[in-house]
Parts: sequence; structure tokens; C-alpha cells
Amino acid sequence: MLARLKQMLIKEFIQVFRDKRTRFLLFGPPIIQMVVFGYAATFEISHVATVVLDLDHSQESRELVSRFTSSPYFDVQHQLTHSRQVEDVIDRGKATVALQINPGFAENLRKGQTALLQVIVDATNSNTALIAAGYINQIALGFAKDYQQDQINRISPQLSERIPSVELQQRPWYNPDLRSRWFFVPGIVGSLTLVLVVNLTAFAVVREREIGTLEQIMVTPIRPAEFILGKTLPFYVIGLFDVSLIAIVGTLWFQVPFRGQVLVLFTGAILFLLCMLGVGLLISTVSATQQQALVTSFFFIMPAVTFSGFGFPISTMPQWLQYLTYASPLRYFLIVLRGTYLKGVGMDILWPQMLAMTGLGVGLLAAAVLRFRKAID
Amino acid sequence: MSFTRFMAVAKKEIVQVLRDTRSLVIVLIMPVILVLLFGYGVNLDLKHLPIYAYDRDGSQQSQDLLKRFQASDYFEIVRLGNKYSDLTRAIDDGHAKMGLVIPWDFSQRLRDGRPTSVQALVDGTDDNTANVLIGYAQAVVQGYSSEIQLDWLRDRGQVAQPAPVTVETRTWYNENLESSAFIVPGVLALVMSVIGAFLTSLTIAREWERGTMEQLISTPVSPLEIMFGKLVPYFAIGMIDVIVCALIALYWFHVPFRGSFLTLLLSSAMFMIVVLSMGFFISVIAKNQLAASQLALLATFLPAFLLSGFLYAIEQMPVVLQWITRVLPARYYVSVLKKIFLKGSPAALLYADLVPLAIFTFVLALLATHSFHKRLT
Repeated sequence: MLARLKQMLIKEFIQVFRDKRTRFLLFGPPIIQMVVFGYAATFEISHVATVVLDLDHSQESRELVSRFTSSPYFDVQHQLTHSRQVEDVIDRGKATVALQINPGFAENLRKGQTALLQVIVDATNSNTALIAAGYINQIALGFAKDYQQDQINRISPQLSERIPSVELQQRPWYNPDLRSRWFFVPGIVGSLTLVLVVNLTAFAVVREREIGTLEQIMVTPIRPAEFILGKTLPFYVIGLFDVSLIAIVGTLWFQVPFRGQVLVLFTGAILFLLCMLGVGLLISTVSATQQQALVTSFFFIMPAVTFSGFGFPISTMPQWLQYLTYASPLRYFLIVLRGTYLKGVGMDILWPQMLAMTGLGVGLLAAAVLRFRKAID
Repeated sequence: MSFTRFMAVAKKEIVQVLRDTRSLVIVLIMPVILVLLFGYGVNLDLKHLPIYAYDRDGSQQSQDLLKRFQASDYFEIVRLGNKYSDLTRAIDDGHAKMGLVIPWDFSQRLRDGRPTSVQALVDGTDDNTANVLIGYAQAVVQGYSSEIQLDWLRDRGQVAQPAPVTVETRTWYNENLESSAFIVPGVLALVMSVIGAFLTSLTIAREWERGTMEQLISTPVSPLEIMFGKLVPYFAIGMIDVIVCALIALYWFHVPFRGSFLTLLLSSAMFMIVVLSMGFFISVIAKNQLAASQLALLATFLPAFLLSGFLYAIEQMPVVLQWITRVLPARYYVSVLKKIFLKGSPAALLYADLVPLAIFTFVLALLATHSFHKRLT
């Protein structure tokens, strides 16, 4: 058995590495994708193009505007003079945010009545709009707080020395500067591995079938189990190598900390690859042509990545979708990745994830082998 | 170019597509799945974030503050604990996104008229969620603090006004900040790159791989006829998919449609030609299906997914990446889509995207025809 498996492995490795293009494809695209993805994927906002229409011209309104000017999140480009201009600027996409302060702002503030800051946000990108709106609210809140403090100072300087106040002391753990990249890079490691390994293994068996060499192999004394092992082991090795490569490039290039144990991450990767090989093989055995395999694998990849919590929090999805996310192996691997990279937690916290991946992996591989037996009978 | 010969190739290709029922079904329901996937799965509007409260004071005041958190839509106190280690653990294993620690002398200090603070330990792994959490938490704490101060002043016979700065945000183009309205139009670009580039690159690579291309070349069919004959069925599928996507967007997700249907068809046809040409070009270079699929992923799907402004705002990317997006057809197509669906921009603004898109269409179509011609002679 071992001798036959060895021959099969030699054949597979030769087949993979023979072609210069394929050789490049195993390692080139993952690195390119890692770098492009790392730079492009961010929900951070900074220097959002902003215009201001200050119709109040008061000290208070100028003070409020200056808080936006000095904020790194907004880039106040110019002051408008007429409300008609607002529409034009936003329509042309020259600015994403327009701040409008109507006459009477300062007056209202002094009287303790509602003073309005009108904000217009281009919400074609609803994410940017949401995040920008959050920062605008924070700036306005800060302004209101300081205004009240000043007022108390004026009314009664003695009292302001002795007055209760509550402040929020925020301490973001794991990612103190709240960098988007630290969140995304570990996720990219998982997603790229998924895409690569599923694609490669999905092609593995179906390719032999399409070219007609599967029959030739089947007439040799090799057994189905040996054939499957021979087909998957090379991709397992390549997959493990790619995970390490992507992880190292991502960590070094984007300076993401790695706080956990490499061994825990590796265990996660081994289990995750088990699932991915199972999926790929399953696709390969149910497909007749490579085109079918590609389309089917795509059908798996898109939901698996979207519902893994890779970019968008699972908690904002509809409830029925949240249940579905438990079927995505990437969901568990992402928790392991972020847990080892950022949180520095170990097996005592991550064991449920490992267990889930083991279960999914064994189930998927068993289904693939059964399906393959049936296919060749 | 002869029409009969072109029709013969097209007919062969159509038969081949129709015969493969599974691929056909997948190709037709893929847009449906992708639209639903992104329409439901992509949302950053966070609500009911789980927090862990650790009230070391246990006074009326600290309870008041916690009640304010509980009353907010954004938080949900999942546990009231009395051990710091439990809190750490809850954040480590992801059961809580924030831990709120109220110090033991909280009410004491407030009664004495001294400043105090509440600690917010935030899971910073997901920077966006953390940012949102901190923003909302600050608003709650500040509201509480401001009220306490006004009460304090009132008890001592002073009258101070609150400083109610209200931010009134209007989100243009996407009034309810529906993430589906922002995401779904862009899915069209994604669907078309999959159909256009992936499938076509495989069909031609398949002919090379199986050796049927030589047979085709030996027939009197000219390269141009082969190319058109091969691409026309996929063009048709792509356009059907566009219409299906648009219908789901309009009638399922109720995405507004503010432009003209003609512009949608025209720009989609242009983008379809772009991706088909790229797919064709890739298949000519790659000549094997595995390599073709990986190249298609790199050249069409990734740009459409990452760099087109579909999910991630282009203005927030590093400058170098922003330049790169300028030479990507997907960027212009996604921009047109958003204008048609959400903005209803006038023709003059549409030209800014339509003209570059038309140029790409022309250049890439030319490149594709040229590349194939050379290979045959």
C-alpha cells in the first residue's frame, strides 16, 4: 500500500510542479492578494471630504466647525456660502459630508434650546456614512460637554471646582489603536487559504476524469482510498505551506502582532485544511467537468467567506443567517486566527472551535470518500 | 467573417452550454444567491452589542447608569458579574464585546462632588465594532454626567441650561441607510465578472486542453468567427443575469432605481464585453483550465470585489491603490451602477464613467481579437 501511495504522490507532485505557470499560481496570487487585500480592505475612515455652510457666523458656530477642521477624520475643504451649493457639491461627489449651521445656533445654545447641526451625508456607501455619522455625533457631543462646562464656570466659579462628573475611560484591548488592518490581516490569511485549497482540490479528480486518465488510473492496482490520499496529500502540504507563507507575509508586511502560540494556530490550520480538502474533494467528485467544478466551488466559497465574520459582524445578520454561519468552517478558523494573533489566547479558550472543525472536517471527508466510491463503481 | 460559420460555432457552444444542465442552472441562480447573500449578510449597523457589567459599587447611582446602558438600543447587558476574572474571560472568548467596570467609590465621589470615571474594556479585535461601541458608550455616560451636574447645580440654587446640540443627519441617496441598497447594485459587477471571465476563460482553455482546438483551427472557421461564436452565448447569459439581479434588487430589496433602464443595459453590455474579452485573452495565454481560472480570479474577480468601490470606499485606500483603480473597468461600472440605482445623476455626470468604460471596452475587445489571431497563424 505504501509503495503504491508513494508512486501516486510522486506523480501528483510532478504534475503540480511541472508547469511553470501552475508553479507560479500556487504561490504568486496568494501573496499578491494578501498585499492588495491588506491595503484595500478597511472600514477606517480618515480625511473624509467635508464642506461647511455656516449661516450663523457666531463664535459658537466657528468653534464647532474648528473641531471638525482639527479632526483627522474630516477634511474640511471649503466653506460654502449658500445652501444651493450643498446639493451641487454632494451630487458631483466632491464631498461626502456637508455640515450646515443655520442662523440662530448660538442664540438657541444660550437659551438652552435645541441647537441644530444639520448634516448631509452621501450614503451611497452606507458603511462610510454610518461611521462618519458616528464621529460627527462624537464631535458634537464633545462640543456640548465643553459648552456646558464653560457655562457652569461662568455662573459659579466656586461650584465648578466641586461638581460631580462621570467620564468613560476606554481601554480597547488587543488592538489599542483600533487599526482596521489588525482586524483584517488574520482574516485574509483564512479566506485566501480557503479559496486556494478548495479551488485546487476541486480540480484534482475532475481533471483526470475530463482528460480521460481517471479510467487509466482505475485499471491500475491502486485502491480508491490510496488514490484519494494521493490526490489530497500534496494539496495538504501545499496548503500548509501557503498558510504559513501568507501568514508570514501578512504579519511582517503589515506589522500585525502575533501574541499566541504558533502551535495552536498550526493545529487550527491543520483542522481547517481538513475541512477544505473535504469540500474540494466533494465538489470534485460531483462534477463532470472542470467548468462545473469551478462554478460549484464558487458557489461554496462566496457564502463561506461572507458568512464567516470575515468582514462583517455575524451579529448584524438576520437570525436565520446567523444559524447558517455555524456551517462555515472559516467561521471557526477566523476565531482561532484572531484569537492567536490579537488576543493571544490558547487551547483553553479555543477548544470549541477546534472541536467544531474536527467534526466538520471528518464529516466532509467521509462524504467525499463515499461519494467517490459510488462514482467509480 | 461569414454569418453561417459564426452561427455554426455559436450553435455548437449553445448546445454545449444547454447540455450541461447543472452549470446552466447554477449560472442562472448564482446571481440570485449572490444578491441575497450580500443583501442580507453585509451590514455594519450594530445593535444589541453584548456587554458585561461589573458593578463594584452596587448603589442607586451605579444602577441608574447601568439602566441607561440597558435602555439603549445598542447595548445589551448579558451578564452582571462580580469577578474581574470572569469579565476578562468573557471578553477573551468573545461572549462580551465590552466590559463595564464601575468603581467601588462611584456614588461616594458623586455625592462629594468629585469627578469619577467608569472603565470600558473593549474588545478591539474588530476595530469598527469597537469604535461604534465606544462612541455610543460615551454618549450614554456623558448624558448621565451632564444630568448629574445640572441636578447638583439646581440643588444648590443655581440654574444652568443644558447645552442640547442635536445632530440632524440626512443621508442622501440611501435615506434609510440600508446596506442592501449600497451593496446590491455592485453585485451586478461581481456576477458579470464571474460569468464573463471565469466561464469563458474555461471554455476556450478546455478546447486547448482536450485538443479539440486544433480540430477547430483546421476547419475553415476564421479566428474572429470562433471568438464571436464562443462569446455570444455567454454574453446572452450575462445580460439575462443582469436583468435578474436588477429585478431582485428592485422588488425584493426595494432598492431605489433612479436612472434610466437604457443606461443600465448599455453600461452592462459594455462591461460584459470587457470581461468577456479579458476571459478570452486569459484563456489564450493560459491554455489550461486550472491556470485560466486562477488568472481570471486575479484579473477580474478580485478587482471587481476589492478595488471597484463595491464594498470598500476607494477614497479611503492608499494613494497608489487609488491610481490603480483608475485603470480598472470595474471601478467605472460600479460607479455607473450606483449612479443609476441610487443617485439618478444627470447624463453629464454619467459620462465621466461611461466614456472610460467605452474606451476599455474598445481596447480590450481589440486586444482579444488580436491575441487569438496571432496564436493561430
